[in-house]
Amino acid sequence: MKYVDEFRDQRLARGLATAIAAEADPARQYRLMEFCGGHTHAIFRYGVQHLMPPNLRFIHGPGCPVCVLPMARIDQAIAMATQHQVTLCTYGDLMRVPASGRMSLLKTKAAGADIRMVYSTQDVLRIARAEPERQVVFLAIGFETTTPPTAVAIKTARAEGLTNLSFFCNHVLTPSALHTILATAGPEGVQLDGILGPSHVSTLIGSRPYAFVPREFGVPVVIAGFEPLDVMQSALMLVRQINEGRCEVENQYSRAVTEEGNPRALELMAEVFKIRPSFEWRGLGFLPESALALADAYADLDAERRFPVSLGESREVKGCECPAILRGVKQPTDCKLFGTVCTPDNPMGSCMVSSEGACAAYWGYGRFRDQQGARASA
Amino acid sequence: MTTNPRFPVRLDLKQGTVDMSHGAGGRAMAQLIAELFQHFLDNELLAQGNDQALFTPPPGRLVMSTDGHVISPLFFPGGDIGSLAVHGTINDVAMAGARPLYLAAGFILEEGFPLADLARIVESMAAAANAAGVPVVTGDTKVVERGKGDGVFITTTGIGVVPEGLAISGDQARPGDAILVSGFIGDHGVAILSKRENLGFGTEIQSDSAALHELVATMVAAVPDIHCLRDPTRGGLATTLNEFAHQSQVGMRIREEAIPMRPEVAAACELLGLDPLYVANEGKLIAICPGARAETLLAAMRGHPLGSASAIIGEVVADPLHFVQMETRFGGGRVVDWLAGEQLPRIC
Repeated sequence: MKYVDEFRDQRLARGLATAIAAEADPARQYRLMEFCGGHTHAIFRYGVQHLMPPNLRFIHGPGCPVCVLPMARIDQAIAMATQHQVTLCTYGDLMRVPASGRMSLLKTKAAGADIRMVYSTQDVLRIARAEPERQVVFLAIGFETTTPPTAVAIKTARAEGLTNLSFFCNHVLTPSALHTILATAGPEGVQLDGILGPSHVSTLIGSRPYAFVPREFGVPVVIAGFEPLDVMQSALMLVRQINEGRCEVENQYSRAVTEEGNPRALELMAEVFKIRPSFEWRGLGFLPESALALADAYADLDAERRFPVSLGESREVKGCECPAILRGVKQPTDCKLFGTVCTPDNPMGSCMVSSEGACAAYWGYGRFRDQQGARASA
Repeated sequence: MTTNPRFPVRLDLKQGTVDMSHGAGGRAMAQLIAELFQHFLDNELLAQGNDQALFTPPPGRLVMSTDGHVISPLFFPGGDIGSLAVHGTINDVAMAGARPLYLAAGFILEEGFPLADLARIVESMAAAANAAGVPVVTGDTKVVERGKGDGVFITTTGIGVVPEGLAISGDQARPGDAILVSGFIGDHGVAILSKRENLGFGTEIQSDSAALHELVATMVAAVPDIHCLRDPTRGGLATTLNEFAHQSQVGMRIREEAIPMRPEVAAACELLGLDPLYVANEGKLIAICPGARAETLLAAMRGHPLGSASAIIGEVVADPLHFVQMETRFGGGRVVDWLAGEQLPRIC
């Protein structure tokens, strides 16, 4: 496949692995957090960790939108579908995320609610146009990457006068989460020597918003693409920064990311959304200025206003370590539920749902290695 | 068709639709059977007009299989629910190494379904059955109210006879065996996805829907000691290999590079965030045979038009954990696990 296979080339991978092994100082630790679930997925799917020297370890970050959505928001979406009988549209990954009381959107659908899986916001617009008698709600989630399509859909709904469509906005912002992770890092939290910065998010916001990371926290950043060679090259760039005592934002993903990002998309986002003063993240708690809501000019399309719901308290499953895993403090195998009661078929925590979640990636691609390792060391 | 005095007004196969009377057991149902099902599926046993087909089976062990078909859309590039219902059951029977003999078909029709579409489906079914030489010898029709079905569901049941000397079963894989696949994987699933209303991408991929019993006959003639055969339909190659590993209590090692895949299918899967190893096929089979017989089997498969792109993709190994592992193109290794839930596209 042209433009894809080149970034998965075995020969180049070996070359990069050799370079990293040669340059990594055995006396140092290289604890590199890959921010995005896309990176995590690539690391596991292609076995990148096993091409690295033992003192270079990838620590999985919170950049999986499905994983960080708190249970209360799923409960709220379920309540919209059941208490107001709306047609709730959402991306497929969310369907199996555990909600309170062992529910999920998938189970709510099976119980009779009208919940539909869509592939794009265009599907949502199509459904709203085709079924004017139904109130359609789009459960919008994602980091900056998926935000402009939601903005376009909101503007289209307004322009077409689609009065039966509204938006339950759960879009979240990357820099705030990164700030929180670094602010809580240290002996009590996660220890980080470098960060592989978001790839698709950065095509939108550019590389500039990460300048605070080296400046305030003294941690180097390399913005990294999602292909396995991108991840490996970025790891090498971080190793070099650390070895040379440099601490800056570098851009490995220069084929897509510029310093200023995508001004048109950013303008659109600024027009349609406003920043929430505070928003809850699974695992990270309430973070200031970390999420978007519909701007006042579009408030009539805000599903939270149109369909207020009454909710009980949202409770995470006891023993689920997703919060600590999302902060990078624990690994999936540190969780008692991992692989026992929590599997992709029966997820207890959100990290086991999306293929970008650390637990699902670990389970799906990694556990053989661990078993093999356990047998080898036994 | 000559004018039948029982039904002076012919069934309107252009404008007509299915109504509740077509399943009620009266004259309307009799007419639907006569002018549509018997007309297209025409064969001696069906023409007996009984509620069952009466025949003497040939000597040997009989196999029997049944399969429900609920595909959406009903018509897709490379086939439709009618041809699929014939191929699917013939293949399930054939995967025991059997020669399929007869099919039975049960139709559940939704009130309001266009008779023109039904005729097209039954005609296609008849063409598939004729081409395969496996007639539909008995059937059943029911009608459900509008909104209680999705146009048409078809369940087919098949029986076949297994030649002496074969012992093909999912629990027969042994360490040292070779794993073969009969051609490009993922075609059917991608063809269906490309026609789903909410996925508007244009593609030339055709479903691989096909009856594989003649390929199987060629294979068992060349290598009678084939250990396992299965068609990797729902859940794809990955699921079938996991089933074999579990049934036979062994592990599997496959090489990504060896798996035949069309570039268009690989590209569509990349775009949609799907793993082609889990995408459905309807005209492919996976065979496991002793390693020493692999080249002979491969040659036999490649000699048949439905197996021309066959390949040896890996081998069976001893593994108490029964994992299917894959050596990736990238040079790493990964577990190829059971599919969890539906295969869902990634969102960012």
